[in-house]
Amino acid sequence: MYDVVIIGAGVVGGMIARELSFYNLKICLLEKENDVAMGATKANSAIVHAGFDAKVGSLKAKLNVRGSQMMPQVAKDLGVKYINNGSLVVGFNEEDEKTLESLKERGEANGVEGLKILNREEILKIEPNIGKGVTCGLYAPSGAIICPYDLAVSAIGNAMDNGAELRCNFEVTQIKDLGSHYILRSQDKEISARYIVNCAGIYSDKIAKMVGDDTFCVHPRRGEYLLLDKECGDIISHTIFVTPSKMGKGILVSPTVDGNLLLGPTAVDTEDKGDKSTTVEFFESILDIGRKSVDSIPANKTITSFCGLRSVGSTGDFIINSPVKRYVNVAAIESPGLSSAPAIAEYTCQLLTSIGLSLVKKENPITKRKSMHHFREATLEEKNQMIRENPSYGKIICRCEGVTEGEILDAIRRNPRPTDLDGIKRRTRAQMGRCQGGFCSPYVIELLSRELNIPYEKITKFGGESYVIAKETKK
Amino acid sequence: MNRTLTCIACPLGCTLSVELEGKDIISVSGNTCPRGKEYAISECTHPVRTLTTTMRCENGELVSVKTSKPIPKERVFDALAVINKTVARLPIAVGDVLISDLFGSDVVATMEKRK
Amino acid sequence: MTDLVIIGGGPAGMSAAISAYENGIKDIVILERDDELGGILRQCIHNGFGLHKFKEELTGPEYAHRYAKKVRDLGINVKLNTMVLDITKDKRVIATNSQEGVFEIQARAIILAMGCRERAKGALNIAGSRPSGIYSAGTAQKLVNVKGYLPGKEIVILGSGDIGLIMARRMTLEGACVKAVCELMPYSSGLARNIEQCLNDFNIPLRLSHTVVELHGRERLEGVTIARVDENRRPIKESYEFIPCDTLLLSCGLIPENELTKGIGAELSSVTNGSVVDQNRETTVSGVFSCGNVLHVHDLVDYVSEEAEIAGKGASEYIKGINKKGASIGITVDGKIRYTVPQIITEKKDVTVYLRVNNVYKNVKINVYDKDRLVLSKKKLKVAPAEMEAVKLSASMLEGVESLKFVLEEEK
Repeated sequence: MYDVVIIGAGVVGGMIARELSFYNLKICLLEKENDVAMGATKANSAIVHAGFDAKVGSLKAKLNVRGSQMMPQVAKDLGVKYINNGSLVVGFNEEDEKTLESLKERGEANGVEGLKILNREEILKIEPNIGKGVTCGLYAPSGAIICPYDLAVSAIGNAMDNGAELRCNFEVTQIKDLGSHYILRSQDKEISARYIVNCAGIYSDKIAKMVGDDTFCVHPRRGEYLLLDKECGDIISHTIFVTPSKMGKGILVSPTVDGNLLLGPTAVDTEDKGDKSTTVEFFESILDIGRKSVDSIPANKTITSFCGLRSVGSTGDFIINSPVKRYVNVAAIESPGLSSAPAIAEYTCQLLTSIGLSLVKKENPITKRKSMHHFREATLEEKNQMIRENPSYGKIICRCEGVTEGEILDAIRRNPRPTDLDGIKRRTRAQMGRCQGGFCSPYVIELLSRELNIPYEKITKFGGESYVIAKETKK
Repeated sequence: MNRTLTCIACPLGCTLSVELEGKDIISVSGNTCPRGKEYAISECTHPVRTLTTTMRCENGELVSVKTSKPIPKERVFDALAVINKTVARLPIAVGDVLISDLFGSDVVATMEKRK
Repeated sequence: MTDLVIIGGGPAGMSAAISAYENGIKDIVILERDDELGGILRQCIHNGFGLHKFKEELTGPEYAHRYAKKVRDLGINVKLNTMVLDITKDKRVIATNSQEGVFEIQARAIILAMGCRERAKGALNIAGSRPSGIYSAGTAQKLVNVKGYLPGKEIVILGSGDIGLIMARRMTLEGACVKAVCELMPYSSGLARNIEQCLNDFNIPLRLSHTVVELHGRERLEGVTIARVDENRRPIKESYEFIPCDTLLLSCGLIPENELTKGIGAELSSVTNGSVVDQNRETTVSGVFSCGNVLHVHDLVDYVSEEAEIAGKGASEYIKGINKKGASIGITVDGKIRYTVPQIITEKKDVTVYLRVNNVYKNVKINVYDKDRLVLSKKKLKVAPAEMEAVKLSASMLEGVESLKFVLEEEK
C-alpha cells in the first residue's frame, strides 16, 4: 500500500514526486511508457517564462511567476542545465508596440520584475541578428532556458534516492475506490494507494473520469519544432518571441542550454492523442517564419524535427483541484507548465495536506543530485582523475556530443534507469548530435544489451514494439 | 540478337553491346579494355560473381570473406548457405582459406582476426 | 613536440603517414578513434577497391590491411581508441583515451583525415511519425557487417549512391527483402556497375525521380509513402504510393566532418564543406593539411590514398622548411564545374587539379582560362557528378598567371 501514487512521470509528476519524497511517505510514480519524460516533457520549447503571458489572477500567472523564481535553485540542486538568458518579445509595428505595453502592464501586475520596452537600436545592441522588420521589443530579464527532460529525469532520480518507486509500462486503465484506499489497475497488474495525484498530461481527463470526475476535458494541441546544429546556437542569445496577435502566439526562436537553436512551435488542434507526426506544411513554412524575427537562420542546418502535444484544458487555466476525496487533479498543464513545475509541486503538496494527507518531513531527505553532466563539466585534472579510476571515461562513444562510455554506463546504472536508446539519448546526449546516432547507436545498443543482459533483438528505441534489430545474422 | 550490358569489371561501368546469334557471340563492342570483352562473354554464356560476405568466428565475432574467384551467379545463395553455417577458427590472417572448393572457388578471409 | 600529428587512421590518414615517412619525417603519430586502423573501409566488405592503386580488385578490409601493415612495418606510432577533442591554431592537439586521459600534443604540422559522416534523417525533413527502423546506410552496414545484426526484414532505401546500392545487395544476401531504391534525381549518383550487380542481379527496382515523403508507424516503421518528383524535385501529389516496410535506409549524401577544422578558423568551401587548400593540401592555417573525405567526398578510395600522399609530402616539406611558396593563383569555377581541389595554387610547379561537375554532360571540353586566354582544354566524352575528373597543369602553363577559371563547355 502506497501513501501516494502519482500517475504520469513527466516533469510535473516528477517534481511532485520529488517534493513528496522529502516527507515520510511511501510513494509510487506510474508511467504508461517505457521511460519517464515521454509526453509533452520531451517535446516543448524548453523555456522558463518570465510570467507576463498569463491572465492576471489566474493560477497560471501565480504559479509561473513563483516557478520561475524557484527554478534557478531547483536546477542547481538537481544539477540541471539552466541559463538565465532573458527573453525578448519582438514587435513589427505600432499595433504590436501597444500590445507589448499591455503585456508589460500585465507582467508587472503578475509580479514579473525588470520588464522593459526596447526600441530597435536598443535591441540591436543585445541581439545584432534581430529580424530586419523588428521595430520594438519587450525585454524580460528573468526569462530563461532549461532542459525539460533533464529536469524531469533528475527530479525523479532525486525522488527515487529518497525511496520513491517508479513503475514504467503501467498504464492505468481502472481505478476503484475502496473507501480507505484506491486500487489502480493496468492489465493484469494492480497496486493500491491511499492518495492519487493525476499528472497524466493529455490523458488526465481520462484518468479523472475513472474516479468519476468529468468536469473538464483536455485536448491535444500539436506543436512542431525544428532543431538546428550547434553551429547556429549563437546566432542569438535571448529567447525571441513574436508579439501575440489574433493569429496566435507565433513561432519562437531560442538557443537551447546545449547550444542548439530551436524554432517552433506550431499550434494545431487535433483529436488524436497519439499523433506526434511532423508535416510537410511545417517544413515549408517554419524557416521563413523564423527569419522574420531573427535574420540569418541558415537553411540546411536542421538536425532534427519533432512534434509535441500540449494539454489544452477546457477551463483556460491549469486545473489543480480535488474533486473527490484523497484525489488531486494536476491537469491541463500546458504552457507555462514547465516554468511553473516547481511551484505546481509546492502547491499540490499544500492541496494534499488540506485534504488530509499528513506531511512529516524526513529527518535527512536528500535534496540534491549529482548532475548527469558531472563528467563533462569537470575540470581537466578532475577528468583525468576520473579516467584513471574508471578508464571508460576516456572512451568517447558519441563523437558529435563527446559522450563517453563511462557517462553512458553511469546513466544506465542510475535511477531512473533507462532501458531504451532514447532514454540514453535524453540522459547523456549520445545520439542527439548532428549525426543523430549514425555512428554511436550500434555502440549504445551494445552497451544496453550488455548492461541489461538482454539480447540485441529486445532493445527498443522507446519501448513497445520500437525494436531496432530484427535478428542476428547467420541464424 | 543484340544484348546490352553494363560492365562490372571496374568502376568505369562501360556499356557493352553484344551481338549474339543463338548462343554464339559474334562481337562485343563498347568495352574500354580486354576485361570488358571477357565480362561480356562470360555474362552471356555462364554469368559469374565474386561473393563477399561475412562468416561467424568461434568467438562470436565476424570475419569478412570473399570467394577467391567468381562463382556461378545462380550459386550465390547456395554458397551463402554454406558460409553461414561455417564457424571459422582463430587466429585468421588475410588470405586464409576458410572453406575450400565451394562451387569451384575458395572462401578466403579478407581481414585479420586475432584470438 | 611531435613533427606530425595525423588525425584519423582511415585510408587518408594511413596513406598520409606513409607518404610523410617516406619523405623523411619519422616522428609521426596517428590518432584513431576506433580500436583498429582502417576507418570506414573495415565495414566495406565488398570488393571494387584498389584497381588504380594496386591494379587488382580488393575488398575494403583488404585495402585497409595493406596500408595498416605498412604503417606497422614502418613502425609509425599509432594511438588507437583515441579521440581528438580539439586542435588549436598553434597546432596543439588535445585528445583523450582510456590510458592517458585527456592529453595534449604539440605538433609541427597536422594532417586532418577525419573522413565524413552521413546526412542524417533529421536533415532530410521527411514528414510523418518517428518510429524505430530508420537508419543511415552506413549505420546499417556497421550493424550487419561488423556487429552481425540485421536491422530489419523489409527494406526501402532512399538514395542510390554507392553505399545505398551496396547495402541493397548486402541486406538481400543476409535474407532481407529490398522493396525499392528511391532516387530523388533523374539519375543515380552510384556507379553503373553497382546498379548492375547490386540491384539488377536481384531484381530490386530503382525508382528514379522518387523520394520518400512520409513515414508511417508509431513504434516500429510500418511503411513509407513515396512520390515521384517534378523537375524542381517537388513531390507530385497524384503519384503518392504506400510501400509497407519495417526499415528505411538513408543514403543521402556524405558530409565532411570538419568540426575541428572550423575550430581553428580554417577557411571552408561552401561547396565541398571541406577546407580550402593549395596544391599541397595545406589549409589556410599554416602547417595544417587536409586530405581524404574530410577535404571533399571522393568516389574511389584510391583517389583518397593519392590525395593523402600529396598531403603527407606537403606536410613533410613544411616540417623541413623546404616548401617554396610564392604564388597565389586562385581557381574559380563556372557552376557546371562545382568545385576544384586545390582551390589555390601557391607554387608554380606541375599541379593536378581535381574537379567535379554538377550534372551529366556528354561531349564536353574542360577549358582552363587565365582571364580570356585559354591555358588548357581537355575533351571528355562524358562527365558525371559521381566521377571526379583530373586536369594536369604544367609549371610552364602557370607562368605569369594570376588566377584561373575552370569552365565546362558543351560542344554544339
